[in-house]
Amino acid sequence: MAIGETTRDTTRAPSTSRGMSLATRESLSGYLFISPWIIGFIAFTALPMLASLYLSLTDFDPRRPEAIHFIGLANYAKMTTDPNLLNSLGVTLRFGIIVVPLTMAFALGVAMLVNHPRLLGRNFFRSLFYMPMQIPIVASTLVWIGMLNASTGWLDLGLRAMGLPAPDWLNSAIWVTPALALMGIWGIGNMMLIFLAGLQGVPTELYEAARVDGAGRWASFRRITLPMISPVIFYNAIIALIGTFQYFTQAYIVSNGRGDPAGATLFYNLNLYLEGFGYYQMGYASALAWLLFVIVLTITVVLFRLGGKWVYEAGGVR
Amino acid sequence: MTAAAPPLARAVTGGAPLRRQINRFTAIAGMTSLALVVVSAFLLPLLFMVSTAFKEPSQLTTPGAPLYPATPEQFEYQGEQYAVYDVPTDDGLKAWALVEPGREQSGFVDPAHPEKGIVTWQGRWRTLNQHWSFGLYTNNLSNAWQLINFPRLLGNTVAIATLSTIGAVLSSICVAYGFSRFRFPGRNGLFLLLLSTIILPLQVTLIPTFAVFSAFGWVGTWLPLIIPHFFANAYNVFLLRQYFLTIPRELDEAAMIDGAGPFRILRSVVVPQAKAAIVAVSLFHFFWAWNEYFLTLIYLRGNQQLAPLSVGLAQFQGVYSTEPTLLQAASIMAMIIPVAVFFLAQRAFMRGVVITGVEK
Repeated sequence: MAIGETTRDTTRAPSTSRGMSLATRESLSGYLFISPWIIGFIAFTALPMLASLYLSLTDFDPRRPEAIHFIGLANYAKMTTDPNLLNSLGVTLRFGIIVVPLTMAFALGVAMLVNHPRLLGRNFFRSLFYMPMQIPIVASTLVWIGMLNASTGWLDLGLRAMGLPAPDWLNSAIWVTPALALMGIWGIGNMMLIFLAGLQGVPTELYEAARVDGAGRWASFRRITLPMISPVIFYNAIIALIGTFQYFTQAYIVSNGRGDPAGATLFYNLNLYLEGFGYYQMGYASALAWLLFVIVLTITVVLFRLGGKWVYEAGGVR
Repeated sequence: MTAAAPPLARAVTGGAPLRRQINRFTAIAGMTSLALVVVSAFLLPLLFMVSTAFKEPSQLTTPGAPLYPATPEQFEYQGEQYAVYDVPTDDGLKAWALVEPGREQSGFVDPAHPEKGIVTWQGRWRTLNQHWSFGLYTNNLSNAWQLINFPRLLGNTVAIATLSTIGAVLSSICVAYGFSRFRFPGRNGLFLLLLSTIILPLQVTLIPTFAVFSAFGWVGTWLPLIIPHFFANAYNVFLLRQYFLTIPRELDEAAMIDGAGPFRILRSVVVPQAKAAIVAVSLFHFFWAWNEYFLTLIYLRGNQQLAPLSVGLAQFQGVYSTEPTLLQAASIMAMIIPVAVFFLAQRAFMRGVVITGVEK
């Protein structure tokens, strides 16, 4: 039966309707299967991008859509003097430069710990370190808000018990950034797993050779581990920096959606949200979104350039 | 000590092996205890959450109260209730009920031996700590359950997450199949375009999309949170395509020779072989949708009836920010299902991260 069908198929193939060749048919099937994405890309990505580029040149307010005016580059000119935008850029960049590397270092440390051959129950520990990723972000933020409460939170209870100063984490413009950094360590799960995959890809012969040559632990970490896992360090850095520019939920909840205290949690994305959906300045918010896109693109391109210099790629292929 | 060890070791096992075993054992014990300490500190906030959720609100503000949920112990003596204190005596710390408070000395009753009558203790009772006994206070959970309307929030969350997962998984399977099994002009360029959408911040498309959904009258409904997922997304397609590429093509070809068309091959050959990856994608997407906050906040503003857990919980925090016991109880309710599912399916989760994150 199978053979019979084959014969029938092949005899029919050349004369297929409208004389389509097999290759054309294969192409059509391919386009058919990817068509959901193509339609979605046009409807939800390409057209909205063009539209938001246009809106960024207008004073669009969704409450009065008919009163839209073309105002040229006025939104972009406004950016240079907008104190909220400049503050939000400062807050976001500071977080990206100070907190992201610390978080990455912690994630790498945890990955090395749960990859250690002398550790019992490695899979168990991996799951526990990953688990907070699965906690809904609003819930985990509430847990941390409780933990960091100045009078009833355990962190300050512990600090006071040790005779150390106990800051009012969430209401102090200085301490709220370290507080958000602490919350952020619950988000190391993905980073840790990606570091782990990188660490497992380092050939053990390299470490053995280094030991024979008399290299200590620090030397083999610096001379073997770091260079060998540089691609995943690089990948994690890009994802984390882009993530900082998208940072929203924790800042929104901690500050009741206002960027309190004293604008210290006015992250870029929170400021954009307030402009667009708080004050309905959607033209200006579109311009902010495009600035965000340019920043993210620049970070990616710059890191890729830098990456080319120090990232190790096995055998130089790809 | 070190001088004595080698001869002994040599006598028993012939030297180095025993010492090496001891070293190995110390290394294992050391690493494992280090990991236990780090993970305990890392997860301490969860212990805080559980402990706070089961405390009576008054325990939080009482000085000297323990960290675990507890109530001050009372003892009934001759028909009256008396508070129990930790009293330092010659036989160590005793939990005694204070029956006759006095300035410099007080009368106590030992609850274990009330028949012995009142014992006089020299000292100021005001310097003593109350004796607390462990006890779970479950009213926070039931109060939070009602105040936040948990059944409605949970129903909304499950409905939104399920519908958007169905759309995302079905569409991503089709698109991944198209990219992994067919040759067509522009395939590599289109695939790169798909991948590049990963770094496109959603804010860039947000405002026109919002304006259009608003014009459709979709704002305040679930549609903007569900419909866009029926058009595949880069992460899911990428993960599935990587997996589909590992399925041998001979199976497709065998089915094709048997006369199966492309849809048939997808359904009967590719999907059954890719179950693991499809489960991973479904779980990821389901809990991504469960946790999503930003878009839900924007699109469901003003319609509390349709709000899922993320939005409901954030509003709850706004209203009850001064009641930590209620907030922590609500947090437990919001996280219990995702965390339980994680422990049941941890391999699927963790494998999925590594496939999307590392491989090219």
